[in-house]
Amino acid sequence: MRRKATPAPPSIIKTYKLFIGGAFPRSESGRSLPVKHVSGRVLAHVSHASRKDLRDAVESALAVQRKWASATAYNRGQVLYRLAEMIQAREAECISLLCATGEVSRADARKEVALSIDRCVAWAGWADKIETVLGGKQPVAGPYVVYSTPEAIGVVVAIAPEKSPLLGLLTVMLPALAVGNAVVLCAGGRNPFIAATIGEALATSDFPAGVVNVLTGRVGELIPVLASHRDIHACIAAGVSAADARALELGAAENMKRVTILDRNMDLADNAALHSPFLAERLVEIKTVWHPSAI
Amino acid sequence: MADFEYAPAPETVPVEIAPRNGLFIGGQFVAPKSSKYRPTSNPATETVLAEVAEANAKDVDLAVASARKALKPWAKLKASERAKLLFRVARRIQERARELAVLETLDCGKPIKESRDDDVPLAAHHFFHHAGWCDKLAYAFPGAKIEPVGVCGQVIPWNFPLLMAAWKIAPALACGNTVVLKPAETTPLTALRLAEIFQECELPAGVVNIVTGGPEAGKALVAHKSLDKVAFTGSTEVGKAIATTVAGTGRKLTLELGGKSPHIIFADAAIDQAVEGVVSGIWFNQGEVCCAGSRLFVEERILDTFISRLKARMQTLRVGDPMDKNTDVGAINSKEQLDRIQHYIRLGTAEGATPYEYAGTLPSKGYFCRPCLFTDVQPSHTIAREEIFGPVLSVMSFRTPDEAVARANNTNYGLSAGVWTEKGAKALEMAARLKAGVVWLNTFNRFDPSAPFGGFRESGFGREGGRQGLRAYLKVDGR
Repeated sequence: MRRKATPAPPSIIKTYKLFIGGAFPRSESGRSLPVKHVSGRVLAHVSHASRKDLRDAVESALAVQRKWASATAYNRGQVLYRLAEMIQAREAECISLLCATGEVSRADARKEVALSIDRCVAWAGWADKIETVLGGKQPVAGPYVVYSTPEAIGVVVAIAPEKSPLLGLLTVMLPALAVGNAVVLCAGGRNPFIAATIGEALATSDFPAGVVNVLTGRVGELIPVLASHRDIHACIAAGVSAADARALELGAAENMKRVTILDRNMDLADNAALHSPFLAERLVEIKTVWHPSAI
Repeated sequence: MADFEYAPAPETVPVEIAPRNGLFIGGQFVAPKSSKYRPTSNPATETVLAEVAEANAKDVDLAVASARKALKPWAKLKASERAKLLFRVARRIQERARELAVLETLDCGKPIKESRDDDVPLAAHHFFHHAGWCDKLAYAFPGAKIEPVGVCGQVIPWNFPLLMAAWKIAPALACGNTVVLKPAETTPLTALRLAEIFQECELPAGVVNIVTGGPEAGKALVAHKSLDKVAFTGSTEVGKAIATTVAGTGRKLTLELGGKSPHIIFADAAIDQAVEGVVSGIWFNQGEVCCAGSRLFVEERILDTFISRLKARMQTLRVGDPMDKNTDVGAINSKEQLDRIQHYIRLGTAEGATPYEYAGTLPSKGYFCRPCLFTDVQPSHTIAREEIFGPVLSVMSFRTPDEAVARANNTNYGLSAGVWTEKGAKALEMAARLKAGVVWLNTFNRFDPSAPFGGFRESGFGREGGRQGLRAYLKVDGR
C-alpha cells in the first residue's frame, strides 16, 4: 500500500497546535515533533503535548461535561451529524492529509474517509437511542417503579490507534461523545495531520468548547499521568502496547477509572462491532432508580 | 408512657451443623490439602458452631482445575437444560429456606427476620431470575457476538453470605461459566449448605467449587493464572489490591466495593416515612451494608424536628438476640469489626461531633454495638468520609438542592443515594444529579435480581442483576 511517488511539498512548513478548551495553544512545554514523509523529508511539525497540557485539557473537559451531558440527546445527535457533514465537505483535504506521509494510497484514503463519515453518521444516530437500548424499566417483585439508565461517566481519555488516523480517532471518540462524555483525544503515530487539524473542524462545529480536546505528541509519555489522574473517569485505548495497557490498568486500580482496551489487531472497518451500543456501554455508568408506586 | 415489654420470641427450628466441614471441589466435600481447619462461631453468643477447612494455594489450584475441567461440558450443555438446573436450585433454596435462614443468623449475627424475609428469599429469586436468562442471552445483546468468559474466581463478604453467593454464582452459571467461590472466613456455613443443594440438584461436578478460608485462600484465588475472570465484593482497600493483581493479565474484573452513601431529606418529605427510611438505611443489618445511607443530609429548617423524631425512633429499636423474631438489630459479625466500629465512634467524639446512642440494655455476651447517630458533624470529619460498616449515622444539613447535591457527591464513593421529597420533579432531577449506581427515591435499601446494582467511581465497577449485570459474565464482541 506504500505510495512511492513523493507528493508536492506543502508550500509553507508549519507547526500544528493543540486544541484545548476550544482554543489552539502550543504545548506549554514549547516542544514539537517533526512529521516526516516516508522519504525522510520533514513535512511539518506538531505540538508535543506535555503532562501539563493533559491536565489543562482534562480541566476544560471537566468544566463543560455536565453541560454536554444535559443537552438533549437530539441536540447531541445533531452536533455529531454536523461533524459528518464537515468531514464530507473536507473530503479532499482529508484524503490529502492521510496520504501526506506517503504511506497510504489515495484509494485507501478515500475508503477510510468514506468509512469515517459512516461512523459519524452511525454514532450521531445513536445519541438518542442508546438509552432505549441499554436501559429500561425493571420488573421488580414489589410495588416500585424501577428504571435503569446509562449515564455519561464524565471525562474520557480516548487514545487513537496509529493506523487509519481519521477512522481510528473517530472510533474511540464518537461512542464516548454520543453518550454525553467530554473527551480528551490523544493521538500519536507517524501521521498526526488529521489529529492536528480536526480541531479546526471541531472548533467551527457545534461542540461546546472543551467537549473535545486534542493532544498530539507521544502518547506513551502521557499514559502514566493519565492513568493516575483522578478527574479522568474512563479511558478507551486502541493500539496501545501491552505494557501501556498494563500501566493504564495499574493506575485505574488506584482510582477505579474504567479502562477499555481495544484489540491491537481489530478491524476498524468492522461496523457490526464498532457501531454497537455495547461498545458505548463500556463508557457509561448504569444508574438504577427506585420509587414506590402507590395511592 | 407505659413500658411494654416484649416476651422473647425465639426461632426454634433446629439446624444440624457438621462439626467439621471440608472444601467443595469437583462435586464432593473433600478434606483440605492444608490439613487445617478454623472455627466459625456465632457472634451473638461467641460459641463455636463448627470447624471449617482452611484452603491453601494447593487447594485453590485443585478447585480452579476442577472448574476448568467442567467448563467445556457446562458451556456446551443445552441452554434450556442449564436453565432447568438453576430453576431447580432456586426451588431447593425456597424449600430449605427456614434452615438456611437459621444457619445464616447463627453464623452471621443478623436478625432472623432479615435472613428469613430478605437474604434467603432474594437468594432464591436470584437463581430463579438468572435461570431464565440461560437460553435468552442472545436477546440481551442483539447483534453482538457473545460467549462465556470462562472460569470465574469470586470472593464475597460476610454481611450477606448466602445472598452474595447467589449474586455471584447465579449470573456466572447462567452465562455458561464455571466458578470457584471463596466465602468470607467468618461466614462460610450457608455457602457450604448451598453446595449441598447443588449436589441434590445434580449440578455437574466442578461447575461450582467452594473454597473456605482466610486471606491466604483469597489471595491465591484472585491471583490464580488459570482464571478468566475475578469478581469481588468487599472493601475498597482490598478491591484496589485485587485490581492491581489483575492489571495487565487480560482477565476480566468486576468489583463491588464500599460506600459512604448520602441520604437526603427535604423539608417537603413525608417525614414519618422518611424517618423509617433512614432507620432502614443505616440500621438494617447493623449497618453492615455496603450501600448503607451513612451520611444523612436534612434540610436545615426541619433539622431539629427530624433529629428528635429519629432519636425517639432509635430508642424503640430492639437490639439483641438475632434469633428472636422481634429483633431489629442483631450482633456485629466479629470482634474485629466491633472494634473497628467502636474506634470510629470514639474518633467521632474526639473530632468534635456529638454522639447519641441507643440506651437499652445489650446482651452480656456477644459482639453487640449500640445504634448511634452523630450530630454537629463536619464534612471533613473521619466519620463523614470513611466507610464504618456499622450502625453509625452522621447527620448534616443543607439549605438548597444544589448544596445537597454538592455535599452528597463530595466523596470518592458512589454506590447508592436516597432522596425523600413529595415533589416528583425534584426527586427525578436529584436522581439524575447524584453520582450513585442506585438511587432510592422515597424508599431505601431495596434489592431485586432484575434491578442492576453496583457503583460509580471508587465503589467499584460492573453491575449485578438484570440484563446489565449479565455483561460481567459474558464476552461481548470479544470484550
